[in-house]
Amino acid sequence: MATQQTQLLARTLLTPAVALLFIWMIVPLALTLYFATLHYNLLDPGSESFVGLENFRYFLTDPAFLASLQNTLVLVGSVLAITIVLGVPLALLLDQQVVGLSIVRLMVIAPFFVMPTVSALVWKNLLMHPVSGLFAWIAKLFGVPAIDWFNDAPLFSVILIISWQWLPFATLILLTALQSLDEEQKEAAEMDGARAVSTFIYITLPHLARPITVVILIETIFLLTVFAEIFVTTGGGPGLQTTNIAFLIYSQALIQYDVGSASAGGLVAVVLANIVAFFLVRIVGKNLEA
Amino acid sequence: MARMVTTQRKVISTAAAWLVGFLIFFPILWMVLASFKTELEAFAIPPSFLFFHWTTENYVTVQERSDYLHHALNSILIAGGSTLIAMLIAIPAAWSMAFSPTKRTKDILLWMLSTKMMPPVGVLVPIYLIYRDFGLLDTRTGLIFILCLGNLPIVIWMLFTYFKEIPKDILEAARMDGATIGRELVYVLTPMAIPGLASTLLLNLILAWNEAFWTLNLSTLEAAPLTTFIASYSSPEGLFWAKLSAASTLAIAPILVLGWFSQRQLVRGLTFGAVK
Amino acid sequence: MGQITLQGVQKSFGPVHIIKGADLDIADGSFVVFVGPSGCGKTTLLRLIAGLEDVTGGAIMIDGKNVVDVPPAKRGLSMVFQSYALYPHMSVRGNIAFGLKMAGLPKDEINKKVEGAAATLNLTPYLDRKPRELSGGQRQRVAIGRAIVREPKAFLFDEPLSNLDAALRVQMRLEVTRLQKQLATTAIYVTHDQVEAMTMADKIVVLNAGKIEQYGSPLELYERPANLFVAGFIGSPKMNFVTGEEAKQQGAATIGVRPEHLKVERDGQGWQGTVSVAEHLGSDTFLYVDCGPLGMLTARYVGELGLHPGDKVSLTPEPGRIHRFDEGGKSIRA
Repeated sequence: MATQQTQLLARTLLTPAVALLFIWMIVPLALTLYFATLHYNLLDPGSESFVGLENFRYFLTDPAFLASLQNTLVLVGSVLAITIVLGVPLALLLDQQVVGLSIVRLMVIAPFFVMPTVSALVWKNLLMHPVSGLFAWIAKLFGVPAIDWFNDAPLFSVILIISWQWLPFATLILLTALQSLDEEQKEAAEMDGARAVSTFIYITLPHLARPITVVILIETIFLLTVFAEIFVTTGGGPGLQTTNIAFLIYSQALIQYDVGSASAGGLVAVVLANIVAFFLVRIVGKNLEA
Repeated sequence: MARMVTTQRKVISTAAAWLVGFLIFFPILWMVLASFKTELEAFAIPPSFLFFHWTTENYVTVQERSDYLHHALNSILIAGGSTLIAMLIAIPAAWSMAFSPTKRTKDILLWMLSTKMMPPVGVLVPIYLIYRDFGLLDTRTGLIFILCLGNLPIVIWMLFTYFKEIPKDILEAARMDGATIGRELVYVLTPMAIPGLASTLLLNLILAWNEAFWTLNLSTLEAAPLTTFIASYSSPEGLFWAKLSAASTLAIAPILVLGWFSQRQLVRGLTFGAVK
Repeated sequence: MGQITLQGVQKSFGPVHIIKGADLDIADGSFVVFVGPSGCGKTTLLRLIAGLEDVTGGAIMIDGKNVVDVPPAKRGLSMVFQSYALYPHMSVRGNIAFGLKMAGLPKDEINKKVEGAAATLNLTPYLDRKPRELSGGQRQRVAIGRAIVREPKAFLFDEPLSNLDAALRVQMRLEVTRLQKQLATTAIYVTHDQVEAMTMADKIVVLNAGKIEQYGSPLELYERPANLFVAGFIGSPKMNFVTGEEAKQQGAATIGVRPEHLKVERDGQGWQGTVSVAEHLGSDTFLYVDCGPLGMLTARYVGELGLHPGDKVSLTPEPGRIHRFDEGGKSIRA
């Protein structure tokens, strides 16, 4: 019958996407799982042998793992804090009546569109270079000694660059949420005698709770696997100071060619991301009901 | 209703907004300025902001010495190709889920989203080995394929949320008017979906253009898009700031323009419809 | 021709039975209104006839041909949606012409028909506008134009006036009725508004919980409701129901009297009560009278009696205007 034909057609149209994504998810993951149980080094072909959980033990007890886990958490936490703490007032500012708002919006959103390798190199050289960078010149103007950013505070430097990239994202989402706040709600609060500060605390902030959660979750997904910025600025160093989990796995796989322990690390990264994903999927799923 | 705001307050917020906007935009502006300086001026302390010897020689050098256009073409083919293929797979899937939902539709959508959450680094090893064995390393085909799969969930989600907003009534009206499914697609659905299709296309072009994990790991020279090309400037001997700036400006200019056009759709696309 | 017959039509969504076996005969050229509370299945029944949903069981005959396996477009019906469902990217002309274009009619014939329909509906000046540039009433007219231009066997209307304001609704009500009579095309009209049902219909179908409670002309339903549900649903203000001793005396489980059939007197031999609220509309007065054991009764009085809350009144049912119902709620006919 008519509508049954439509349903059959619908299912047929859905199949390729589902099949592709299923393969894309399951094949590499299964392979990772398999490699993780092998002693497997690309520099030493033919020596593959089953080692059980040895790779996991090696990866998890490697001091580099703990260091990189710590760096990952510090990086994610700091960028989240910076983008939200600065993003909320920035969004509030852009929600005011501003002459030329569309141009200001364009300027604020621009960093998000800059490819990671470009923003990392521009910041590292043009701005943060200890001798010829703009920051060094500004420090000199104020008579302060210039900071050698990537030697004295390498992780913070990386955090700064990544925050610059993600601040627009947080601001834009919070601004969109603010604009959907019912004006009458604020007016009702005003009629109830609430001042600007109370309106912000009791009306605006609760309204922003959900978008802030969304920002946190989505940024976390991306920030857990920051790679390009570290790759082109510090290469994980000095020492392990800017090595995060993504970079550690990369260096084990494609620098040391240790497929086994890189795979074990990959699975650890998948588990970490899944914890975050679990919450995000729940929030987005709730939204589907509406 | 927009409320009347005192002139004083308007002046203050305008000044503050412009100042903050300028500060955030400044690194990009500084880079563009540096691209028109000579290498010597780019390094100079104190820096000159506007009164330097403007030159376009860096742009010429970037093309002559490092074959910029080759990498730009790679970027266009990889970002464009992966987006187009993703759209071709996603449009029927999103159409089907939006207009013939079943009990499992919601689960399928969430599952698709969860594949996007898988960190690429978790599957770097097998993908690298598979690519090595199939000769896909440093090929455009290989990158198109992986970026297509990586962005497919976002494309499906965006299209789904746009299709969802097309009232079902209108499609039923078309059916009553005697349109077959094919004609319904051509005359009714597609014209109504064009704004959504366009912004999905745009956002995913941007994401694919800027993707820097797979491109850095799976390409070196032949298939290297601009992300990888720019990364080659990180080696100490390659540090020519003016040329780096020129290459960077060229690499981000097209996408900055596209991004500015799509900024309104950006939010719903990146939040999977959770914030509109 | 547009004679529509339903035979044992059933529809369930999973375990939920929305339509529990509907039988109906709709004569060619008649205006039939489906009315009932929300969730009663009236819209589903309309969509089954349209072919937008598949029946679970039974047959739908159009001009003697079973159409349950025929796709919507081939049933020769046209529909006006509650949301109007205009194609936002097409002009008024494009909207009205779409069905004819799909049918593959030659261009000049399409133009002639579209302009004819537009003239009938006073849409000629707006033919090249987009739907978003029209007012609610104009959009409504475009939706109707789209329906009439195809010269269907029957029009299906799904609560078409519910998005209009009160004044416009009355005006469109008249226009739709007039148009239907002029075209002499069968029409099925779904509404939850019993005033619309009473004023527009040749025949009304009262639906409740997926069942047809009664099918008849407006006056039949008003004068001889088949059961308690129809008696309570048709008529405004609602019919008064009295149970207990008073009903038993009449040989019924429940008796019903419409407010307009209660004679109101200051002193009388009828049911005694106290006015608790009096609504003065000028032309008539609605009295809500507390009649003790009989409960709260509504009475309608034409004119003005100068009654106020607290006044004692007597209510006497007009003889022959008392409806009697048995235990199951069915009407008892003498």
